Amino acid sequence: MMDLSSLLDLIDSTIRLSTPLLFAALAGLYSERSGIFDISLEGKMLIAAFASASAAAVWGSVMLGLCVGILASVGFSLIHGVASITYRGNQIVSGVAINFIAAGLTIILGQSWFGQGGRTPSLFGGGRFTAVDLPGAEAVRDVPVLGPIYSGILSGQTPLVYVAFLMVPLTWWILFRTRFGLRLRAVGENPAAVDTAGISVTWLRYRAVIICGVLCGFAGAYLATAQAAGFTRDMTAGKGYIALAALIFANWKPVPVMFACLLFGFLDAISIRVGGVELPVIGQISVQFVSALPYILTVILLAGFVGKATPPKAGGVPYVKER
Amino acid sequence: MAEPAIELIGIDKSFGAVRANKSIDLTVERGTIHGIVGENGAGKSTLMSIIYGFYQADRGEIRVGGRRVEITDPNAAIAAGIGMVHQHFMLVDNLTVVENVMLGAERSPLLRKGIATVRAELRRLEADHGLEVDPDAIVENLPVGLQQRVEILKALYRQADILILDEPTGVLTPSEADHLFEVLKQLRAEGKTIILITHKLREIMAITDNVSVMRQGEMVATRKTAETSVAELAELMVGRRVLLTVDKDVAKPGDPMLSVKRLTVKDGRGVPMVKDVSFTVRAGEIVGIAGVAGNGQSELLEALSGIRQAESGQIVLCGREIDPAKESDPAEIRRIGCGHVPEDRHHMGLVLPFEENENSILGYQDDPRYQKGLLLDLTAMRRDARDKIEGYDIRPADCRLKTANFSGGNQQKIVLAREMERDPDVLLIGQPTRGVDVGAIEFIHKRIVAMRDAGKAILLVSVELDEIRALSDRILVMFAGNIVGERGPDASESELGLLMAGVDEKEAAE
Repeated sequence: MMDLSSLLDLIDSTIRLSTPLLFAALAGLYSERSGIFDISLEGKMLIAAFASASAAAVWGSVMLGLCVGILASVGFSLIHGVASITYRGNQIVSGVAINFIAAGLTIILGQSWFGQGGRTPSLFGGGRFTAVDLPGAEAVRDVPVLGPIYSGILSGQTPLVYVAFLMVPLTWWILFRTRFGLRLRAVGENPAAVDTAGISVTWLRYRAVIICGVLCGFAGAYLATAQAAGFTRDMTAGKGYIALAALIFANWKPVPVMFACLLFGFLDAISIRVGGVELPVIGQISVQFVSALPYILTVILLAGFVGKATPPKAGGVPYVKER
Repeated sequence: MAEPAIELIGIDKSFGAVRANKSIDLTVERGTIHGIVGENGAGKSTLMSIIYGFYQADRGEIRVGGRRVEITDPNAAIAAGIGMVHQHFMLVDNLTVVENVMLGAERSPLLRKGIATVRAELRRLEADHGLEVDPDAIVENLPVGLQQRVEILKALYRQADILILDEPTGVLTPSEADHLFEVLKQLRAEGKTIILITHKLREIMAITDNVSVMRQGEMVATRKTAETSVAELAELMVGRRVLLTVDKDVAKPGDPMLSVKRLTVKDGRGVPMVKDVSFTVRAGEIVGIAGVAGNGQSELLEALSGIRQAESGQIVLCGREIDPAKESDPAEIRRIGCGHVPEDRHHMGLVLPFEENENSILGYQDDPRYQKGLLLDLTAMRRDARDKIEGYDIRPADCRLKTANFSGGNQQKIVLAREMERDPDVLLIGQPTRGVDVGAIEFIHKRIVAMRDAGKAILLVSVELDEIRALSDRILVMFAGNIVGERGPDASESELGLLMAGVDEKEAAE
């Protein structure tokens, strides 16, 4: 049987592991709601992780690292924007290209700058995000049940975790309560309607793509400067695709996106714990199988076995004025 | 007299080599309903898109209320008080009515205030005009008539004084259309100006004050509706063209080769375009189908050639029954012995980037004649193509040239040669001479008559009335998906024109 403290531990790591997914999935939500499909979440996270870790290592400032990470990611999302909005190219091809460039570039630059086999130097002190203790966390620690929940889960996370989860209600509010959100939802469904209403489809989509870049920047920076203490090659390990799966599974809606990301984070957290554990009847669980679980679930979700996904109708289609 | 609501002076617009609008002048008086009629492709929609700022005119000037305006984008049009109800609704299906109405006119970065304004305004418009619609309904759940109402509400919410409706009744049931007309009359009574684009003359006569006729990109006439007639408008729309004569003997019809019974065909939107149509084509005769474009001829041809699934009815082709319940199969139709020259050679007849010889076997590429083991026999294909080039005088005589580099007339000959040289028992021909120069027209017409004299059954669909009259042994007139009359080749142009305009046989006889 699992005791309370190990359950809390599991929830705690679920939250930490779902944070980068949540950033990336919300990033994809803005882009795809505007009608620009984005499979380059992975590449943008990777480049942001590398850029933020490099900057943090060189200048010793994690905030500077975050800014550089976001800039790098936004730069890549603008490449995707130019290719798919201005030049009306194929969005999948552009996305794949960005993923390849990011994978190669991070290794080559990392090797030539730091000479540590594609790693960036380990971050310490001000180069990393550290846990924030919420007020009163220590005081309530001994209160039964609620105490450990507050002090163990709600408190003691890195600031980016709070940012990620606050992005969920914020995204919902932007999407459904602001002018920008209304236009964003409209342009992904019927860009011609937006155009005839006198709104620039191009500018609207660029803004969505830039927001996507910013959030991917957060995701990458979280991986390299909060979760880990530096960049290692291919450290995103498919998280961008998992975020994409979560986005599709959640039908492009912000609150379900959060739950989908928590589900994937939970599977990840479990895989770390139960791998190699001896269970009655089943016997020893193979580590490889358990760590493959999130990816297997991704495949199942992406193959459309669960529920009916209705993507934004104009997604993936460049907007051309009809004659 | 008050300034006209809107004036167009010398509007010109070209798309590549196609001149869609040729120095158009138009004056629309304030507080009137002004109809613009013309066949599909006459340039009506292009002209309206220019007024709405969707396209820029190459030349010319637009005046609203006597003042010259530059309409560079839809925003400028909205600011000038112009609203448009598009033929294909510009609505976002999964948003609510309120959200659709406010899109682009939210008034503030946050929606809350705008939503309240829209709700109040919708209530007012509902009370004033009977434009009732549930503001919280999701648009895709609304019937088409209500969706159109949302489009009108969008324009009114933006304070439009001039309302343009592009083919508004195409998707409506008759009773929905009647209601729309009531609404339009009421708006006119309030001083709004309405421009109604349609190819349905009946609607023009029923509701407009003035009417302008467009043909092939030109504004050919403007009349007061009270002083014109359906017959005159039909004639203006179709136009009097150089009379074509084709030498041919009286037909000697043989056995029925194609018979169609109670055929119903729906288009992609699920709207029935061919309704319960029956006719027979016999060996050795040309049956022409006349009609203004968009009255179901295209869908009829597509169903007969197997490109489009028929909804119900019976087709008997060369004695074989085609089951409409089975998935349609164009290859099967061809095997039975039916050739098809599609109406639109660019979309259906040819693959323009292919070489001429490839196009000249397209659809018959599985024929053993062109096979060598697993591969295509290029030598046989090219020999075959060269024979056709010679036989049909296709120029330039180069079977390796990209098809896009041939002129329209020669492209059409490539299609005709391909279909005719298979020696089919039944030949379906759509718009055989659209965009074809006069010399090629004569050649094509002679070939069609030669096919008939060789005992083939030919169904000819054309919007060129002269062509129908010159070639056909029997003429069927299609209107709104029905065959509304059958005439001999000697039927007068005005008689056919009336039938094409939907004036029924009894009225036409009077």
